[in-house]
Amino acid sequence: MARALVNVPAKAKRGEIVEIKALIQHDMETGFRVGTSGNIIPRDIITDFVCKYNGQEIFRAELFPAISANPFFAFSTIATESGTLTFEWSGDKGFSATESADITVE
Amino acid sequence: MTQQPENLQQTRRRFLRDTAALAGSVALGLSVTPAEATPDTMRAAIKRVVGEGELRQGKVKLDLPPLVENGNVVSLTVSVDSPMTDTDYVKAIHIFNERNPQPNVIGAYLGPRAGRASLSTRIRLADTQNVIAIAELSDGSFWSESVNVIVTLAACVENL
Repeated sequence: MARALVNVPAKAKRGEIVEIKALIQHDMETGFRVGTSGNIIPRDIITDFVCKYNGQEIFRAELFPAISANPFFAFSTIATESGTLTFEWSGDKGFSATESADITVE
Repeated sequence: MTQQPENLQQTRRRFLRDTAALAGSVALGLSVTPAEATPDTMRAAIKRVVGEGELRQGKVKLDLPPLVENGNVVSLTVSVDSPMTDTDYVKAIHIFNERNPQPNVIGAYLGPRAGRASLSTRIRLADTQNVIAIAELSDGSFWSESVNVIVTLAACVENL
């Protein structure tokens, strides 16, 4: 299980724009590099990232090999209600990881 | 006996002529096909996103360091000038490059709930090149900004 790190403010005022950061441990092997045996190392990347706020999608990204190892995203959302943000990463070779964070809206 | 020097002279002449022709075709780029995204493949990738729509300059701000020491990790921020209301918002932000093996970098989809149309991430750059960010707005228009980046240590070149 890959290590994932998300940063969501614990508290926010209603209607405030909050910044969300998500980082996950992954090599993002491009599929263009050559290994010691002279063969191409097969591609192994994260292809999709989705962030949901109380089940509703607020941010989605399609990733390509040009994304650095340990993909990092920073984006924003409006704090509408208290609840949970879930983060899902999925990719090659059946890779899948989830993480969640709670937010209290006053 | 007298025949041989003449033959040699002819083959030498032909050799010189052929070499010159080959050099000429290489100079014209006829026999070279680089294994990387060229401005042409980038244009094709952009066309797949934009379609027949018009790509306009402006509204998008692409923030990249002008000089990159390590192409493996390049911080990038895209922000779009948009009120982000229910009727006027940024639907998607796409990033393309010219000289990596593939033209696509990322496609991000957001909506009015984002509050602010901005995205930060870290990308790989294989060479000194142009990077272009395209924003798709809710009214169907496309806006872009292109930035030239100088890369001193390229990504993807090191072997294991």
